[in-house]
Amino acid sequence: MKLTRDEVESIAHLARLGISSAEVPSYVDNLSRIIDFVQQLEQSDTEGVTPMAHPLEMTQPLREDVVTEKDQRALYQENAKAVDAGLYLVPRVIE
Amino acid sequence: MYAMSLARISRALSAGEFSSEELVSHLLERIGRLDGELNAFITVTGEAALAAARAADEARGRGDAGPLCGVPIAHKDIFCTAGFRTSCGSRMLDDFVSPYDATVVERLREAGVVMLGKTNMDEFAMGSSNETSYYGPVRNPWDTARVPGGSSGGSAAAVAARLVPGATGTDTGGSIRQPAALAGITGIKPTYGRISRYGMIAFASSLDQAGTLTQTAEDAALMLGAMSGHDPRDSTSVDAPVPDYLESLDAPLEGLRIGLVEEFMDAGLDSANAAAVEEAVKVLEGLGAQLQRISLPSIGLSVPAYYVVAPAECSSNLSRFDGVRFGYRAESPRDLEDLYKRSRGEGFGAEVKRRIMTGTYVLSAGYYDAYYLKAQRVRQLIAADFRRAFEQVDVIVGPTTPTPAFEIGAKVDDPVTMYLNDIYTIGVNLAGLPGLSAPCGFVDGLPVGLQIVGRAFDEGRILNVAHRFQQETDWHARAPGGAFA
Repeated sequence: MKLTRDEVESIAHLARLGISSAEVPSYVDNLSRIIDFVQQLEQSDTEGVTPMAHPLEMTQPLREDVVTEKDQRALYQENAKAVDAGLYLVPRVIE
Repeated sequence: MYAMSLARISRALSAGEFSSEELVSHLLERIGRLDGELNAFITVTGEAALAAARAADEARGRGDAGPLCGVPIAHKDIFCTAGFRTSCGSRMLDDFVSPYDATVVERLREAGVVMLGKTNMDEFAMGSSNETSYYGPVRNPWDTARVPGGSSGGSAAAVAARLVPGATGTDTGGSIRQPAALAGITGIKPTYGRISRYGMIAFASSLDQAGTLTQTAEDAALMLGAMSGHDPRDSTSVDAPVPDYLESLDAPLEGLRIGLVEEFMDAGLDSANAAAVEEAVKVLEGLGAQLQRISLPSIGLSVPAYYVVAPAECSSNLSRFDGVRFGYRAESPRDLEDLYKRSRGEGFGAEVKRRIMTGTYVLSAGYYDAYYLKAQRVRQLIAADFRRAFEQVDVIVGPTTPTPAFEIGAKVDDPVTMYLNDIYTIGVNLAGLPGLSAPCGFVDGLPVGLQIVGRAFDEGRILNVAHRFQQETDWHARAPGGAFA
């Protein structure tokens, strides 16, 4: 199956990945090959098979709903490029 | 000193043959001299290592030393290490300093292990050759024109070149076992849930598992025991007792039923590689194991199933890299969307972007049932194949890879050809089972591996089989020559 240029650009947008127009043809080619390859799955008869949700068929454990994390905002924000007064800064969203 | 196995070092430290500080200085000198050629390390933490070694020596002096006290290792740069950079092989995290330790790092540190540095890897663990790293490819010490495998390629090359006796790794589709095979060392991926994934940067959360790369199965047993066990900070880590992996190493193999996978010995497997695996099976038979041929009828679909499930999970996991809270941030963004798109477009490399886009596509409206749900059904069939096989046999054996190490650059242009390198390892991740690769011979001077797969939580058994094999053979003791000798 050959993906179109538009499809690849739309996927990149959904994933919020900036790719230049010069890069698009190589993604069209590579992603088409990958999708072609995974389409082999169609050959397999999976009628009545339950999709696997967990490798060991285990359920998620529950814990008490109590706070276990302490406030480490200042430590975590050391890795941010733009912070002010404990807030993360982004370009203006509301004019 | 540098050539010693981790277990041998442990005994030497407790016998006082040398101190941890002496050993660590020696290895740091070796890394400084040889790693320019290999590129196995992204960060060497020399000063901290020497301080930790001195502290370990003091603890030993007080009589307060376990078997791993003062033993040097390296961590794959996917594990968070408080106060040190954790890059995950990506420009995205080039200046990311972990605010906390991964559970694996914490447990090994508490056992007295000394970290020498952080090893190179395929970007976000996506690759089978270590060529997708932002920090450049790692070279295989057996032939520096060739790849060491991936994604734990830096860990594999460092252990193979005897720069460090053991290293951590992670394995989502073969990323410990494949590089272990191509570098001639022992690598184990335990059962899904055996080791906490807390602080281990996520790629595909239903498949990712931490493990070890070492010279021998005995070394792996030592490290694995310290790393395993329940962790309330990872809800998928299993609350089950951790057996003493060292205690079961020498158990006899008489009557052990081993299954050789027919589908793995077919076309596609290099004939000399197949011969090495068959020789290895004879060694196990010589130890009393009984061979059976077994079939895993759906295993041929494991690579396509994986390349739906893993990219789908990766596209979700990697959405956290937004240029806002940590990681790479594009210069002068026009607006919020431009900030997201350029930070991600510039911060991620081509293979990571391919996988995020593949995952986004298979999860997008109208395609979910055809791809993701279909792959999860096929995954169920593959797991059922293994369950049936384990009614007949106790362990499953076969090759780890179809060929020995390939040349750098040979497969970079075609992602699908690269993906097929993990054809024998990926099914084990889909089924959540433990798998190990042990060196079993050479093809044209390059090492190849024997894969041993066990039932869920039967790590002790596969380590036992590998250890007994290593008592009878010396493939694991061979080390690269030339500059690394």
